[in-house]
Amino acid sequence: MEKYSLLQLAKHALSGHRHWPPAWRSPEPKQSYDVVIIGAGGHGLASAYYLAKKHGISNVAVLEKGWLGGGNTGRNTTVVRSNYFYPQSTHFFEHSLKLYESLSRELNYNVMLSQGGVLTLGHSRHDMEILERWSNSLQLQGVDAEMMTTEQIRRHTPLLDTSRAARYPIWGGFIQHRGGVARHDAVAWAYARGADDRGVDIIQNCQVTGIRTSAGRVQGVETGRGYIRADKVAIAVAGHSSTVAAMAGLKLPIVSQSLQAVVSEPVKPCLNGVVLSGLVHAYVSQSDRGEILIGGGTDRYPSYGQRGNLPLVEETLAATLNLFPRFSRLKLMRQWAGTVDISPDSSPIIGKTPVAGLYISGGWGTGGFKAIPAGGETLAHTIASDRPHPLIEAFGLQRFVDGALIDEGAAAGVAH
Amino acid sequence: MMQIECPWCGKRDEEEFTCAGQSHIQRPQNPRQNSDSEWASYLFERSNPKGVHLERWRHTFGCRQWFNLARHTVSHEILAVYPMGAAVPEHISTAGDGAVEEVVA
Repeated sequence: MEKYSLLQLAKHALSGHRHWPPAWRSPEPKQSYDVVIIGAGGHGLASAYYLAKKHGISNVAVLEKGWLGGGNTGRNTTVVRSNYFYPQSTHFFEHSLKLYESLSRELNYNVMLSQGGVLTLGHSRHDMEILERWSNSLQLQGVDAEMMTTEQIRRHTPLLDTSRAARYPIWGGFIQHRGGVARHDAVAWAYARGADDRGVDIIQNCQVTGIRTSAGRVQGVETGRGYIRADKVAIAVAGHSSTVAAMAGLKLPIVSQSLQAVVSEPVKPCLNGVVLSGLVHAYVSQSDRGEILIGGGTDRYPSYGQRGNLPLVEETLAATLNLFPRFSRLKLMRQWAGTVDISPDSSPIIGKTPVAGLYISGGWGTGGFKAIPAGGETLAHTIASDRPHPLIEAFGLQRFVDGALIDEGAAAGVAH
Repeated sequence: MMQIECPWCGKRDEEEFTCAGQSHIQRPQNPRQNSDSEWASYLFERSNPKGVHLERWRHTFGCRQWFNLARHTVSHEILAVYPMGAAVPEHISTAGDGAVEEVVA
């Protein structure tokens, strides 16, 4: 792998940037691997990277039915944060945020992490009480969180309508300063490049059509490009978790729904970090290119159509314009949707399955992007040692049988 | 935008309705005799097909009546509307459950 550096940039500039090597190979699939990972999104690629790097397992294939990073990894709103509520979630997501903070150096690839803060708004006395409780819980767990008054919010984000006459008056809020955004494509590409460099085969346009098991143990996967034998198989396919798990006879506590986002035309920098409101179901940030990026809640019925419906867009935009009246003349450039796999407690399902040698990383719902580094690292550990990593012990399928749900509906619900 | 044929009110926009998820889930007859895992299965596991889904809907901002829909989860095409408690109409096949058939919307 050619290291990216200023020196390399200068060297390639001399030859007109015509000789940069590809960032990863496109190999033909072999007949067998130690580990097959289904899904070359952020989680699948990160898992492959850490398997090779930390566990010395590089005879790994990552199979992708479309193109690398073309599912939810390329469709999310790129928010990273760790302001969950329960310790199990906070520990995991805080670890993930810490990995994000050093990811560009780790992978020698600029993931454009921009920690402009994630500001959560409160619109009533009751909202404020909940935000106090939430931020206190975070502080006790060593995660940065700070309450803000309306006046502080007005100075932090002057575009917000902080007047008392606002449709949704802002009573205050709390901010996680270390939260922010990162470039989603870069995260997928960086892990792909790092994994490929360590010998992992990333095979695109290779759809898995079946999972072969024998006596409760996984044998391999049927694909559009032939049968591939593997002792261990991991499913990291976001919205399609249920359909792929069903190939191994598993039924999951998952419902797939559409989650939409829109971006406006690019404008000059005017917004710091991410602003979100759980009450009105909207969150807003500005990309490095200047587009205002707006997201909301999920469409309210099961769907695998990566389109999204119009009523939800209308609802989200109406809410956003009430918060930011000055955005009313922005033109929207694009709208899109991803298929998100929602679990009953809005927490991920990651770890082992009842089928020996079959692992799953799913149920990330509306917030999988922020979890990519820690999700990959812990899944790799789980695959390598066949024991759940301590950070994800609480997030296994068994919790639904034990009744040990980790109900993060409030923290995960709108703040993706 | 879907338009849903309410059995009582006729065709209305989807905004008037609420989806309450998978239909035909049977509560176990003797919950006390179920294992925890059977109970978890009843409470949480869902078919979540990429294909025809049988689901409960309510005309929340209309007549408030409940009914069942057979709807395709990729194209959102509505294949049948039938009353609560009724059996699945015969022409509806959910054989695609869990399969990976690609359906072009």
